[in-house]
Amino acid sequence: MTVQALRNDYHGDFKDSVDKFGGAQLVYIGWDKHQLFCSSRAFPLLPTMTFQELLDNVMPEAFSQHPEFGRVVWERAEWILDNQSFQPDHSKTLAELGIGHKSVLRLVTPNLTGYKGADV
Amino acid sequence: MSPTKLNLKDKYKLLTRDLDWEFSYEDRQEAFPYEEFEGIKITDWDKWEDPFRLTMDAYWKYQAEKEKKLYAIYDAFSQNNGHTNVTDARYVNAIKLFLTGVSPGEHAAHLGFAFTGRQMGGIGARVAAQMQSIDELRHIQTQIHAMSHYNKFFDGFDEFNHMHDRVWYLSVPKSFFEDARTAGPFEFMVAIGFSFEYVLTNLLFVPFMSGAAYNGDMATVTFGFSAQSDEARHMTLGLEIIKFLLEQHEDNVPIVQKWLDKWLWRGYRLLTLVAMMMDYMLPQKFMSWQEAWELYFEDAGGALFKDLERYGIKMPDYTETIKQEKEHLSHQAWWTFYQYTHAAAFHTWTPSSDEMDWLSEKYPNTFDKYYRPRWELAAEMEAKGERFYTTGLPQLCQTCQIPMMFTEVDDPSQVAYRESVYNDERFHFCSDPCKSIFDNEPEKYVHAWLPVHQILQGNCGGGGLDKVIEYYHLDNGAANLEFEGSPDAERWKQWKGVA
Repeated sequence: MTVQALRNDYHGDFKDSVDKFGGAQLVYIGWDKHQLFCSSRAFPLLPTMTFQELLDNVMPEAFSQHPEFGRVVWERAEWILDNQSFQPDHSKTLAELGIGHKSVLRLVTPNLTGYKGADV
Repeated sequence: MSPTKLNLKDKYKLLTRDLDWEFSYEDRQEAFPYEEFEGIKITDWDKWEDPFRLTMDAYWKYQAEKEKKLYAIYDAFSQNNGHTNVTDARYVNAIKLFLTGVSPGEHAAHLGFAFTGRQMGGIGARVAAQMQSIDELRHIQTQIHAMSHYNKFFDGFDEFNHMHDRVWYLSVPKSFFEDARTAGPFEFMVAIGFSFEYVLTNLLFVPFMSGAAYNGDMATVTFGFSAQSDEARHMTLGLEIIKFLLEQHEDNVPIVQKWLDKWLWRGYRLLTLVAMMMDYMLPQKFMSWQEAWELYFEDAGGALFKDLERYGIKMPDYTETIKQEKEHLSHQAWWTFYQYTHAAAFHTWTPSSDEMDWLSEKYPNTFDKYYRPRWELAAEMEAKGERFYTTGLPQLCQTCQIPMMFTEVDDPSQVAYRESVYNDERFHFCSDPCKSIFDNEPEKYVHAWLPVHQILQGNCGGGGLDKVIEYYHLDNGAANLEFEGSPDAERWKQWKGVA
């Protein structure tokens, strides 16, 4: 049973399906072990955006407040997409790379250990 | 002929059990349409033991006397400018959190007990629930009055009711109570009557009232004393409902167990707000969150569950998780509010060096290692004139609606991510219990009003953050942002004659 309800046919429509974001899709982006940012954050992005555009425009908006941001070497960065290791071709679009609505994209930088090496 | 005075026993009977009647021409099932769909089996309502002996006329008389005294103290507090006697203006942010985050919950509880006070088939349970319903309504009223004096002198109080339906972190308590109120009557009673009002009450009510007492807030502490006799009644009702359900039929046991597993977790997640209030918001601290959890849950709750074992009820499996989280919870929560305080109706600040030492002492395993560096970085940024306010909007848990800020229990450097796919749509959770609550009843949570997603859909004022703040009725530059330099802080200095 998908809900304990008075009526067996009770149904709730998805409130956050992709059609409600004006052509964009939601992508959650986090930077592992950089807890200056308390959580991943939600960005409405066009599925036609390339990964390079995401690196150039979205990542600075999301993470440039961090003192280590300038030291990220994007060619060597590791990524986790929806809990799977992920090697994106920077020229491809989010849709082509399988970054879908409500995907979680995590940046991993093993050589950067955060403020004072404390994962902050 | 002069009226005869009833003896107490007859009066009690006539004004409680005797208010019920036999249905001669209506179908009883139609009169109580919510009583069966949850799967709970009631074989004999007469086995219900009234948790307290109170008739409605005595209730009115007693409460009226109590409140007359309460309001006399509020008046005295107000006339003596009681707000200037609190330990520090930072303290007032704790009661802003109370008025915006807790008081509307009293109103939600009022509505919920009114529902169960109508829908449970047994008259004894109905009368008890109706009295609690009125208690909860009185509590929100008396809380508003207790805090109305502060509203004249501090920012962030005046739009609490408007904010309750809109502001991102207030969706946490709001959705908690709506989850309970949209359940059937028995789940509501287990959720709010037992789990919340009996098991967790000492971790909500006591910390706020002790915080008030330690910080010179006479108005709030007097409210606390006044509500104590009501809370005692609520606890006995909570305990009676659980025992009654478990004794009525053995088939009720797994249902009640599932509800306990769900609601103790839901309640615990809600208490995240209390944890940060205790450890970070009180200028004069009385106990750490960890100590409170050990005393009131691990010790007292442990004994209670031991007692319930004879019915086949066991402590929820995830209490080990909570045990591990207790050294992290308050630090992660205050850090989140610190960086999102531009969208909050109270101020935040970095803990002072004395406060950090207190935190190190109370949390020897975690504070210096994981959390002190965060505050040092925050202080560094502040010194450069770049007080840290994060950009963007946080990913939220679909179940508890808290930003996904909680870390893995075995790795405090790594945020926990859980997800489920339901009808081809992804849903995200902060923890295993929040995921399993969703997986049990996905249809109940797929249409949750998640504030972040609503903002991004343009439903909260449209446009950027300034529009959202307007939509919240948040007095930008006064009610939000850093405490230091806020109008609250400046007024306080004036009153105290500090330059």
